[in-house]
Amino acid sequence: MNLAELQKKLTAAARLQTPDDRVPYAFEKRIMALIAERAAVSGRILWARGFWRAAVSCLALALVCGAVSLFTPTTADNSNDLSQDFENTLLASADLPDNALTP
Amino acid sequence: MEERSEAELIAAVLQGDSASFEPLVVKYSPRVFATARRYARRESEIQDIAQEVWLKAFDKLKTFRGEAPFEHWLMRMAVRTCYDFLRGHQRNRISSFSDISEPEEDWLERFVAEPGNSAEDADAAKMLIDRVLERLSPEARLVIQLLEIEDRSVKEIAQLTGWSVPLVKVRAFRARGEMRKILARLAKEKYL
Repeated sequence: MNLAELQKKLTAAARLQTPDDRVPYAFEKRIMALIAERAAVSGRILWARGFWRAAVSCLALALVCGAVSLFTPTTADNSNDLSQDFENTLLASADLPDNALTP
Repeated sequence: MEERSEAELIAAVLQGDSASFEPLVVKYSPRVFATARRYARRESEIQDIAQEVWLKAFDKLKTFRGEAPFEHWLMRMAVRTCYDFLRGHQRNRISSFSDISEPEEDWLERFVAEPGNSAEDADAAKMLIDRVLERLSPEARLVIQLLEIEDRSVKEIAQLTGWSVPLVKVRAFRARGEMRKILARLAKEKYL
């Protein structure tokens, strides 16, 4: 069999075929619906991604704070207690001795 | 309503008006479908390819710079999507010619008897070339389709596929060899 000739004949046969350019009914509507759906999904994905990132950051911060408070050496003496100091500072004006206000 | 130009439609889509994409889909879908039908046979596969081409086109519209016509840019995308499809389905390639139909066998017999007189416009010849093309590797099929069947230049193929000109030439050389091997296998199976 002459393979070169066969190749030529078959290639010529392929050239004679004009591909069908029919488009299925309402194909453009389907594409537009898919685009709209993807846009909505991508918006939701964007929000979800943002929330997950925020959740992860908050968790990491909580863990760091927990670790710091766990591993910071505490003294038996409560005079350095931050909450006590904070309260004293906040209530300093209210705790003024009575005679301090009188002339 | 006055018909808007392609450039206006594209600009509108890029500004967020996705509805302006629809006239482009309507206008160019026949070309996209014709391209897809050269590489896929089943209607479901053809529709999947066309759908993917349009979704890719929408996603990548930002990269369209308007230097070449939109149609060329879209056809590049269509050809590359078809190539991806061929690569994804290359495991389904059949190697044997055992399922060849009677008219195809008759055509081959006529060709063996009188090579010059066998009609190339016969349906059997068209079916046979489809079978041969299906057995080619994705690269070879793409090159044979573009170079030999669609009669495109090497430069055009390079632009469509994103391959370099020397790569197209190398692949064309290999593709012709691959096709000859497949035809030799066909001849061996049927006539030896």
